[in-house]
Amino acid sequence: MNIPKELKYTKSDEWIRVEGTQGTMGISDYAQGQLSDIVYVEVLAKKGDTLAQGKPIASVESVKAASEVYIPAGGTITDVNAALATAPESINKDPYGEGWMVKFTLANPAELDSLMDSKTYEAYCAGRQ
Amino acid sequence: MPFLPHTESERSEMLRAIGVKKAEDLFAAIPKSVRFPGLQLPPAVSEPEVMAEMRYLAEANHHAQNAACFLGAGAYHHYIPAAINHLLMRGEFYTAYTPYQPEVSQGTLQSIFEFQTLIAALTGMEVANASHYDGATAAAEAVILALNQNRGRRRVVMSPVLHPQYRQTIRTYLQGAGAHFAGDETPETYSAFQTRSRAKHLATCVDESTAVVVVSYPSFVGEVEDLTSLAEIVHTAGALLAVAVNPIMLGLLKPPGAMGADIVFGEGQPLGIPLSYGGPYLGFFATRQAYLHKMSGRIAGETVDGQGRRGYTLTLAAREQHIKRERASSNICTNQGLMALAATIYLSLMGRRGLRQVAELCYHRCGYAAERLARTPGFQVVSRFPFFNEFILRCPKSVAEINRDLLDRWEIIGGYDLGQDYPCLANHMLLAFTEMTPRGQIDSLAEALAGESL
Amino acid sequence: MTEPTIYELSSPGRAGVSLPALDVDPSTFPPALIRTELPLPQLAESDVVRHFLRLSQWNYSVDKGFYPLGSCTMKYNPKINEDTARLPGFAFVHPLQDPETAQGCLALMYQLQGWLCEISGLAAVSLQPAAGAHGELTGVLMIRAYHHDRGQENRRRMLIPNSAHGTNPASVAMAGMEAVEVPADPEGNIDLAALRTLCDETVAGLMLTNPNTLGLFEENILAVAEAVHGCGGLLYGDGANLNALLGIVRPGDLGFDVMHFNLHKTFSTPHGGGGPGSGPVGAAAQLADFLPAPLVAMIDPGNEADPPLYGYRNPGKSIGRMRAFNGNFGILVRAATYIRMLGADGLRQVAETAVLNANYLRALLKDTYTISHERTCMHEFVAEGRWADAPGVGAGDIAKRLIDYGVHPPTVKFPLIIPDALMIEPTETESKQTLDSFADTMKKIAEEAHTHPELLHDAPHNTPVGRLDEVRAAKQPILTGKLT
Repeated sequence: MNIPKELKYTKSDEWIRVEGTQGTMGISDYAQGQLSDIVYVEVLAKKGDTLAQGKPIASVESVKAASEVYIPAGGTITDVNAALATAPESINKDPYGEGWMVKFTLANPAELDSLMDSKTYEAYCAGRQ
Repeated sequence: MPFLPHTESERSEMLRAIGVKKAEDLFAAIPKSVRFPGLQLPPAVSEPEVMAEMRYLAEANHHAQNAACFLGAGAYHHYIPAAINHLLMRGEFYTAYTPYQPEVSQGTLQSIFEFQTLIAALTGMEVANASHYDGATAAAEAVILALNQNRGRRRVVMSPVLHPQYRQTIRTYLQGAGAHFAGDETPETYSAFQTRSRAKHLATCVDESTAVVVVSYPSFVGEVEDLTSLAEIVHTAGALLAVAVNPIMLGLLKPPGAMGADIVFGEGQPLGIPLSYGGPYLGFFATRQAYLHKMSGRIAGETVDGQGRRGYTLTLAAREQHIKRERASSNICTNQGLMALAATIYLSLMGRRGLRQVAELCYHRCGYAAERLARTPGFQVVSRFPFFNEFILRCPKSVAEINRDLLDRWEIIGGYDLGQDYPCLANHMLLAFTEMTPRGQIDSLAEALAGESL
Repeated sequence: MTEPTIYELSSPGRAGVSLPALDVDPSTFPPALIRTELPLPQLAESDVVRHFLRLSQWNYSVDKGFYPLGSCTMKYNPKINEDTARLPGFAFVHPLQDPETAQGCLALMYQLQGWLCEISGLAAVSLQPAAGAHGELTGVLMIRAYHHDRGQENRRRMLIPNSAHGTNPASVAMAGMEAVEVPADPEGNIDLAALRTLCDETVAGLMLTNPNTLGLFEENILAVAEAVHGCGGLLYGDGANLNALLGIVRPGDLGFDVMHFNLHKTFSTPHGGGGPGSGPVGAAAQLADFLPAPLVAMIDPGNEADPPLYGYRNPGKSIGRMRAFNGNFGILVRAATYIRMLGADGLRQVAETAVLNANYLRALLKDTYTISHERTCMHEFVAEGRWADAPGVGAGDIAKRLIDYGVHPPTVKFPLIIPDALMIEPTETESKQTLDSFADTMKKIAEEAHTHPELLHDAPHNTPVGRLDEVRAAKQPILTGKLT
């Protein structure tokens, strides 16, 4: 399972990449594996929306499962991955790259402290196998 | 017992294999104090006896086969081509269940796919589901779709001439959803009723908190209006337009899809389903591609198997309750499978010419009846042109009284008493006409009513 | 094999029905509203009949063979039901006729309400709901209305065991309430300690399927009812598995306050390829006033000379109407026919035989398949469709291989709490020979899973289509055919 070291993770299996005050997020390799073939992604937020940490940001459906996706930290949406609408399989193929969901400006970087680092997340996933 | 095949010796052999002495022993987990209550039910009867009993009850009813029926108001006496029942009686169709195993359910699945195709074509929409329970529950599901699509908006505008029972059902479904309703306040006078039942009035009820506007085409009282400008106003406000339709009328008049409707739904009973005292009926539901993932209910889709052969399967299941559980938009598990099959066969038999012909018979006979009854002293046709297969007749006395006479003296099942739903329409009757009410019956109705005005 | 769609079979100019000629002067059309294009197919009656007959032959059905689909109660559907429901005096009655002109329909409905009350031990029944899930929403809305009526609007949490059908939480969400999961104990009962900690003044009630989806009777039912009632909550009964309880125990006597019936499971009405069903709701006395409106009532009991007069009555605090008209009347006729033919003794025999059949099959299979719990089951049981020494084989593969042997698969991968679940419900209408033969087939498949797993992976082999590409179906949905 691929768990990049530089990212932070949530208990609901989202990842966040932080560059300055800018965050990029998606769902982890573990999450996409559990869902299997993803057939539909609906991003609920649009550019300019401000969301608090943990609010629903997207909904993902596979053939046999459905899952809500929550924003790992509060902020204002600056970009939404429109390509997912026609190529939801990007999340299966490249969850940390082409499968990103939204970019946003962090409202309060201190919120990142509540997230897991890669090591903790790896143990968290192993515990659920 | 014809439905329980075991002999006594088989039963004992099976009990031995399980390791118990008697069947009672299998129920030890049930609290003793309430075990084996001894039900008080009438003693069992044989097949000929039950048939005689049921026939006795059935014969106690008046019905559209032993009387001329001018009752409509959401359920209609149309002809059901003979082939439909013969096909519905195939055990392969009616004793199967939901097509969970597509390899052994292609018959049901392809039928659903064809049903979806026909409903989309008929309504002028892009996608349709496998059906809901009836027109009223389809209406509730339409409102739920719109509320989910427009999160934050809680206002639901309903036409006062959307079927009263559909409006009641919508209110029941949404009592825990925090929605509020506008548009269908009971008019106090007939002229207020006329004003409020127009699309133009409804448009004034739309604001930026409105999630959906629900109208009926034709209206509950039979009138038909172009909905194009209403659709524009609704869309400008960011809301959806949901339209209840009579599917037979769509054989003749423009579909709501061509007027900007976002959801088109209705009661499919006219499409080859017997009146059967109110059910089982068929709720059909069509919408735009954009709302596909918000649409509830079963959906069949085309795909291929490992060898590239075309086949059909239930699809987009992740929207549904068995996967999404409390996050599903509806709890519906099945569809009205066999009723959807009846409608599919009906539309296949009718085809484009047959459906047009049925719709024209309804329309012209309704027009003829309006003209004929308008000349009957004491009665007045108050519906505005155009109307499809129903109109309002103002009567000189109570509808209940007239209907009693019609049945007792003329073997006619009269119209619907509109005073039940609209106090301002006391002594107003809603009359329906179909390909099953030939001119002779309409003339008899006119003659019978003439006697009522004396 | 591919069957063309009705559009592909269409040929311009054909018609499948003949209709009366116009016998009145035509009225003027509203020109702006006339439809210019009607994309419906054009077929002769024979085209249509052959098309749908060919399609019918691609279905598996109860009339064809064993259909042990767990929790669906695929019992035999007596043919007499189809004839009584189609009697002209039932089939051609308009739902809005004056009640005085539909006394036969109303008498039947009134009787059926009473029979369902007696069978369930509840005070009143509404026949309006169209299906089990519809009845469930009705019941949940009634529970909500009951608490609101008593000024307890804070009761928003509905407790639901983790083995429950997905409809339970979905119905709760539709009613604007919150679903809270309750865990099971190792015996498959509700974890009583966990339940007691959840029971407080915010609880609206508990939704319980009993026997549960593992086919086990909730042994602590009286304690469960006491805990829920003790905190002011109500007990909802999901009647999906009522077939096991007919004449054995009445849900009302166990403390259930409101429940739905599935006439299409318990009372032999056909499943119709996924409907129509019928989901009447029964209520204990304190909830009866909240039932959907209207109910069928005896307006005048009559006397020696005159029969009783039936009509409609609106309960005082009714949640309202759940659908148009009077329920799935045609289904009610079938269920009434069935109950009338069985009587009290017959119904008890139905339940006893359903439970006998399930336990017999369980006994035949328990050495080959792991059965979820080492207990006497009720009308169904859950086997695990996997073996440690047959890697790569799962419940889905066993299901598909059963198709090769001419049997409909059980419910697979449900309940979610059992890995690779195969939920098997034989029903009472199956003979010992059918059960023996099914057990032999299941054992043979178990053997193949170890020796020739590819037979399972590639199954089914002899169906019109093989396993379908469901990802493709969902990713690029094709939901309507070409209008050629």
